[in-house]
Amino acid sequence: MTRKPHPSRGASTLEATGGQTVGPFFAFGLDYDKKHQVVHPHSPGSVILGGTVYDGEGAPIPDAVVEIWGADENGEISRARGAFRRDDHTFTGFGRAATTDEGRYEFFTRNPGAIDGKAPFFSVIVFARGLPDKLITRIYLPEPQDLLAADALLSSLEPDERATLIATRTPDGNLHHDIRLQGEKETVFLAF
Amino acid sequence: MTIAQSSREEEAFSSSVVLEQTAAAPETLLAPPVQVSQNEITQEIVDTHAAAQDREDAGEYLPISLHDFPPYRSSILRHPTKNPKLVDPETIELYSPAFGQRDVAALEADLTLQSTGEPQGERMTVQGRLLDSWGRPLTGQLVEIWQANAAGRYIHQRDQHPAPLDPHFVGAGRVVTNDDGEYKFTTIKPGAYPWKNHVNAWRPAHIHFSVFGTGFTQRLVTQMYFPGDPLFPLDPIYNTIWRQKDRDALVGLYDHDLSVPEFSMGYRFDIVVDGPDATWFEPEEAHA
Repeated sequence: MTRKPHPSRGASTLEATGGQTVGPFFAFGLDYDKKHQVVHPHSPGSVILGGTVYDGEGAPIPDAVVEIWGADENGEISRARGAFRRDDHTFTGFGRAATTDEGRYEFFTRNPGAIDGKAPFFSVIVFARGLPDKLITRIYLPEPQDLLAADALLSSLEPDERATLIATRTPDGNLHHDIRLQGEKETVFLAF
Repeated sequence: MTIAQSSREEEAFSSSVVLEQTAAAPETLLAPPVQVSQNEITQEIVDTHAAAQDREDAGEYLPISLHDFPPYRSSILRHPTKNPKLVDPETIELYSPAFGQRDVAALEADLTLQSTGEPQGERMTVQGRLLDSWGRPLTGQLVEIWQANAAGRYIHQRDQHPAPLDPHFVGAGRVVTNDDGEYKFTTIKPGAYPWKNHVNAWRPAHIHFSVFGTGFTQRLVTQMYFPGDPLFPLDPIYNTIWRQKDRDALVGLYDHDLSVPEFSMGYRFDIVVDGPDATWFEPEEAHA
């Protein structure tokens, strides 16, 4: 699983710094106003992306952090600054949510649009107490079907694995997606 | 106390109040029913490192941090059991949120100035560079830190360690790296503190760091330690990083040139992020 050298830059020259657990007391360190409001909750096109983070026994994890990063509804990647100083109208694409005592995370965001005609998804990072390093995953929109069918990652997975990466559209148009760090329906996590 | 001072103090504490609603249940509340001794944990650490070395010697690729690290008891039910799926990054994963000076206030880089008085403890600065694995400085990226106070107590309301809170210390800061990829914080040296992973478990003094790279998957949360800490071989979290050379890289270097006469002790801590970014795939996109 070692990375191939960069075509022009060659092999990397510095050793990467190792990751460590976010620990139990991150809450005051990683907090800021409206951190889970990628868009204003009452703005046009706002959807709730939410779910529960579970451990290997199916218990909710009350001390996890979920971060999302995604394009806007047109598939444009925001280069706008200000993800830490929400002005309620600039779309910066980044959000952070700490799970509740019931293990639930929730974002107000928008449905990302397709980039280069590919299946749209949120890039997702998970941290937690008890998790020695970050985990990287994706949350795909449940539509459109043709793009999902053509997706390279999803196509390489078994159906039950694929299901761990695709959100469910609720009747009111929101998105539901649980993340399981371990166990039978363990979320597929990624390396590059 | 003036009204202005009072509201500043309330502001300083408001984050912990808000966060209590979504707060973590820490180790102090989740002690396992059977706790083993430090000697047993230390031996488990040695054995787990040896097993990792055997796997690597047999040709297996192992990451820097081991997710499956049983001596860190709360990891047992929280680590993935499958290897991560190796994929080619999609475009969104090659970019990361854009931060700027607009996102932080200059005062946020000085953790000793966030209240109405001086915090207790040994004043220190920590500075360093944020780099990618080719040594390129990452400019305009966000660095966040949080830490215990000099007595080893976090302001977090569920930290039950009976050490004193410091009314003049919150322990959180953030800064955006400059044009050379450098960051700098002024703070006080945190204390070691107990936790309930096992009997008589103590965390070596550390500062939590959270950084962003230019690609979102370069995201890194880690901990900076202090030179020569006798708790290093005893601590399961520090040792989730199984190679000695990688653990050494988490120790801030005391740098006398960074110490300020009559004022503060200076430490250097450079951070290298790994993973693809937008420049990684440029040659491939050309013929895609």
